Amino acid sequence: MRPVKTLEDLQKIREEASRKVNVRSDRTGIRITVGMATCGIAAGARPVMMAILDELEKRNVKGVTVVETGCIGLCKYEPIVEVYEPDQDKVTYIKMDPEKARQVVVEHVINGHPIKEWTLESADIQ
Amino acid sequence: MDKVTVTIDGVTVEVPANYTVLQACREAGIDIPTLCYAEGLNEIGSCRLCVVEIEGAKALAASCIYPVANGMKIHTNTPRVRQARKVNLELILSNHDRSCLTCVRNTNCELQNLANRFGVSEIEFQGENIDYPLDNVSPAIVRNPNKCVLCRRCISECQNVQNVFAIGAVNRGIKTLVSSPFYLSLNDSPCISCGQCITVCPTGALYEKDHISRVYDAIADKKKHVVVQTAPAVRVALGEEFGMPVGTIVTGKMAAALRRLGFDVVFDTDFGADLTIMEEGSELIERLKYGGKLPMITSCSPGWINFCEKYYPDFLENLSSCKSPHMMLGAVIKSYYAQKMGWNPEDVFVVSVMPCTAKKVEIERPENMHDGLQDVDAVLTTRELARMIKEAGIDFVNLPDEDFDQPLGMSTGAAVIFGATGGVMEAALRTVSELVEGRPLDKINFEEVRGLEGVREASVTLDGMELKLAIVNGTGNARKLLDKIRSGEAEYHFIEVMGCPGGCITGGGQPIHHPNEMQEVRKLRASAIYKADENLPLRKSHENPAIKQIYAEYLGHPLSEQSHHLLHTHYDQRPLYRFTHKV
Amino acid sequence: MLYRSHVMVCGGTGCTSSGSDSVADAFVNELKKNGLDQEVAVIRTGCFGLCELGPVVVVYPEGVFYSKMKPEYVPEIVEEHLLKGRPVKKYLFGETVTEEKIKPLEETTFYRKQERIVLRNCGIIDPEDIEEAIAMGAYEALGKVLTTMTPEQVIHEIKKSGLRGRGGGGFPTGQKWDFAYRQKETPKYVVCNADEGDPGAFMDRSVMEGDPHAVLEGMAIAGYAIGAEHGVIYVRAEYPLAVKRLQIAIKQAKEYGLLGENIFGTGFNFDVEIRFGAGAFVCGEETALLNSVMGRRGEPRPRPPYPAVKGLWEKPTIINNVETLANVPAIINNGSEWFANIGTEKSKGTKVFALTGKVNRTGLIEVPMGTTLREIIFDIGGGIPDGKKFKAVQIGGPSGGCIPEQHLDTKIDYDSLISLGAMMGSGGLVVMDEDTCMVNVAKFFLEFLVDESCGKCAPCRIGTKRMLEILDKITSGKGEPEDIDRLEELATTIKDTALCGLGQTAPNAVLSTLRYFRDEYDAHINQKKCPAGVCQALLSYTIVADKCRGCGLCARNCPVNAISGQLKQPYTIDQEACIKCGTCFEKCPFDAVVKA
Repeated sequence: MRPVKTLEDLQKIREEASRKVNVRSDRTGIRITVGMATCGIAAGARPVMMAILDELEKRNVKGVTVVETGCIGLCKYEPIVEVYEPDQDKVTYIKMDPEKARQVVVEHVINGHPIKEWTLESADIQ
Repeated sequence: MDKVTVTIDGVTVEVPANYTVLQACREAGIDIPTLCYAEGLNEIGSCRLCVVEIEGAKALAASCIYPVANGMKIHTNTPRVRQARKVNLELILSNHDRSCLTCVRNTNCELQNLANRFGVSEIEFQGENIDYPLDNVSPAIVRNPNKCVLCRRCISECQNVQNVFAIGAVNRGIKTLVSSPFYLSLNDSPCISCGQCITVCPTGALYEKDHISRVYDAIADKKKHVVVQTAPAVRVALGEEFGMPVGTIVTGKMAAALRRLGFDVVFDTDFGADLTIMEEGSELIERLKYGGKLPMITSCSPGWINFCEKYYPDFLENLSSCKSPHMMLGAVIKSYYAQKMGWNPEDVFVVSVMPCTAKKVEIERPENMHDGLQDVDAVLTTRELARMIKEAGIDFVNLPDEDFDQPLGMSTGAAVIFGATGGVMEAALRTVSELVEGRPLDKINFEEVRGLEGVREASVTLDGMELKLAIVNGTGNARKLLDKIRSGEAEYHFIEVMGCPGGCITGGGQPIHHPNEMQEVRKLRASAIYKADENLPLRKSHENPAIKQIYAEYLGHPLSEQSHHLLHTHYDQRPLYRFTHKV
Repeated sequence: MLYRSHVMVCGGTGCTSSGSDSVADAFVNELKKNGLDQEVAVIRTGCFGLCELGPVVVVYPEGVFYSKMKPEYVPEIVEEHLLKGRPVKKYLFGETVTEEKIKPLEETTFYRKQERIVLRNCGIIDPEDIEEAIAMGAYEALGKVLTTMTPEQVIHEIKKSGLRGRGGGGFPTGQKWDFAYRQKETPKYVVCNADEGDPGAFMDRSVMEGDPHAVLEGMAIAGYAIGAEHGVIYVRAEYPLAVKRLQIAIKQAKEYGLLGENIFGTGFNFDVEIRFGAGAFVCGEETALLNSVMGRRGEPRPRPPYPAVKGLWEKPTIINNVETLANVPAIINNGSEWFANIGTEKSKGTKVFALTGKVNRTGLIEVPMGTTLREIIFDIGGGIPDGKKFKAVQIGGPSGGCIPEQHLDTKIDYDSLISLGAMMGSGGLVVMDEDTCMVNVAKFFLEFLVDESCGKCAPCRIGTKRMLEILDKITSGKGEPEDIDRLEELATTIKDTALCGLGQTAPNAVLSTLRYFRDEYDAHINQKKCPAGVCQALLSYTIVADKCRGCGLCARNCPVNAISGQLKQPYTIDQEACIKCGTCFEKCPFDAVVKA
């Protein structure tokens, strides 16, 4: 229980609480998909997903949706995380782990700088 | 009071700003028809017969509750108004048991008068009628829901005035019914049988339990000695039933009529009232002297006794143990007088003519029985007696005055005033003062205890002691006073309580007038009572020679063992509800 | 905890009774089984509106809409959609599934024409969690009025918005508040009328179930405006879910200091208590409601004095309905101008309707005032089922009226409805198709009112009963030409003289059907026919000889042996003996039995 004494108190609760419900109203921002087919899960997609959610919450990021997706046929690169930004090409990160995932949230989702070296493109180049 | 100007049917009038449209119209000489309305009692606008057209209003307005406003333009006789009133009246009639010929209120029925006034020749809207059973379980009051027009005056009277809460509206829509909770009979409800509901009913939906036939049976029975007694309040009201002005004293004609009806002996309850003063006065002196329970409260009114037993059982010890005057007289007739006459008490049939319906219950109280006999065998209301006189074709108005029979027809002015609120108190003071102080009163009238207000306070000095007095009439007022005593807000030595507003003169058994006229009726009957007092040579109970005689010959002295046996009673707490009769 | 996905299961009364609780439980269990309970939240919400399709489930972030859910569908949805990210098309509401994409809920035709102010949070939030309401902005309007506005300014703002009472009469809300504000007497009271009693109406119930804080906030603002510290919600006991959610909301609001003493540190106190009604229709009438709150018999009393002067416990009281109050915070937050821009000249804002009857998509809708009935019935409601023809729409509850085809393009607001012989009422819309007998409809609504009349005033108590008896006579084939005059005479008098608004509007169903469908009355009375084939006493069954193959099935099934004939020959029905039960009509395999 948090007694509201001022309008600011209410705003604070609103800010915190709105992160909980944003997922229901905001479909225009960044969308992150995590491959969650058998291959993905076997490769460790679940801890990756949890790390992303945790980082988003910790940093109070708004307007981002996290969606699971099935196998996209690149099983050997799992866990795969895709970041869709409006009006941008999607960025596909491969062979993610929780730590990398957190960095993607910080660098790409928050700061807007995709981490090139972890993407599918750079793997292809290699 | 501020005035406003309104236009009624084109005529501009100035009326007080707190008037209703109805009041304004009546003042302007237009008698708007009403049915449910009773000023100050029932202002609920339910019958919709008093509707008028007010310019600018969407619907018609019920004039009885609609306040006037400056510049208001009222139309009371447009086609729209006439049709609405007539349709509503016909609707009410369509759901009414129209057996007028056999109705107790035939020719004194507000609905009948309205039908007459509107010239209703046929009921256009026929349909299913309510059909509820008669509630005739109570020894005092009969309820016929099929004659009820649901004006709810009886409910207002029972709840708001008398604070008894025996009846209310139950069910809804066309099935609405005035009834006790859970469809209980009145007899199993908090009803105190005061009969005030009857006096405000516009139709024949409420009336007293008939005792006429049992009285006629007794008169026809050769073996029976039928003795009748009449209460003080009857003599100032009975004449109204025969077209005499309100407040006419008809004591002599009444005695004459009773003889012509075939009663063997015609006594006066006033003798019982004098006897009551002897006993009750002595009881008060004793309580004052020996630290008995105070305040002492009078016990003449059986409606009040019922109320106290049901709602204020913690005051039962405060009640005087005296029976009511007609019960005392009944007991004396069946003992002292029967003995004198050499009659077997079983062959004596005592009839009381009373302004009261609760007396019909009182006579059946088992604690008042002597050797299996009731003190009084039948109670006729003033209305019932009038019916008997009419049926017998007695020309009441032109009867000669006759006297009561003796010795129990002998009485004083102190007894007559029992009929008005404050009367018992005044009668008691006349006697108690002289008994205590041992010298004649300087003035007989105790004006300070007279009046018609619901609660009055007074004090008199008795042998150097200040006696604090209260007089209440109507059980709703009694409730207010008792609550104050309970909470310690007020303190008294002696209280007179009469169950009906105004006391016995406007009791539940008296001739019926429209509730709007009752205040005036009360005044006129009360002043008749005090005039009757002034007219009598003896005005103090203890000076009544017949009283002196009965103590000398039979009772010994007030509060004697014999007195206690015959003239005193006791009270018990009674439940508000019993679940024996559903109707 | 941040959840990536929210499964919103409708917890309104409609979906609850079609089994949404077990669907929600199935989701919780299945998610746990799949280890998704830390990522996916299951939330029980208030009504989404599309009750016809319940139990309704919406999954976010996609916003996709599963209709008519069953617990047995849940494992597949969890496995496919929530685990693998592929919505299960076969369970989705058909209209949302197209070749190229799956449309979210708000893009369906049902939602597109709606504008949700009152229902803004219904189906969006968990009504049992105050923080979700706060997340959507709850109590900000209260904070705003308490810290930056005077009561006069609040009243002025409400007046300027043009908000009118949503409970029936459409009295201007700001004016009502102003009356109460001007009274010197204290204490004053704010009463929320949640005694929604029209058959088929559930607007207020849905608001209380889906967004109870909107009501509480509206009441507190009203309290501040008129100078009241005490609020009472009068809600019918038949609304257990609404009651429960209100109770939770009041408790939470008190815990958060948003109700109670010294709200927002401004010294303003306001508490709310709930009083239960026993379901009498008349208790929606404000003076009857007050009597009921005070423990007295629930019946109206004459006005004046108006409750704003002498209301609860004889003190100044305002009575506003649920929907009215739920509008208040939105008006404060967005400004009166915003609100006044929605709707028509004299009716501002939106109106919530419960759309029921012969319409494809029954449910709860909110549209701007001025929307036409055609848009509501045919666009939002999806038209009449089974290709039947539209006949009339009954609007405004039992005291409302029936509006025929020719007026479907009227822009609805308080005044246009009155001029059509109906009324806004609380917002019930019952659609009727060609198979409806309008005399019978009038009888149905009148029957309800006869039953619900409080019995206080003579015209309503006896008059409505007599009208019903006449309708009974007409529908049973015993009508006389004078009966129409009698109906009109009674209706006029009741309208003109009944004590309360309910009585005065009781004849509306009869008057409006007489106005638009008089030919049906005439047919019943003069030709002894029920054109819609509804009134049994006026039907006759005959066998068309050409179609009859003489199988004898009808005769064998006739319970009164009214059909005779020889096998392989056409049978006939003895009209005298026939009891019009319709068995032959149902049994005939060749459609040879016709009813007329």
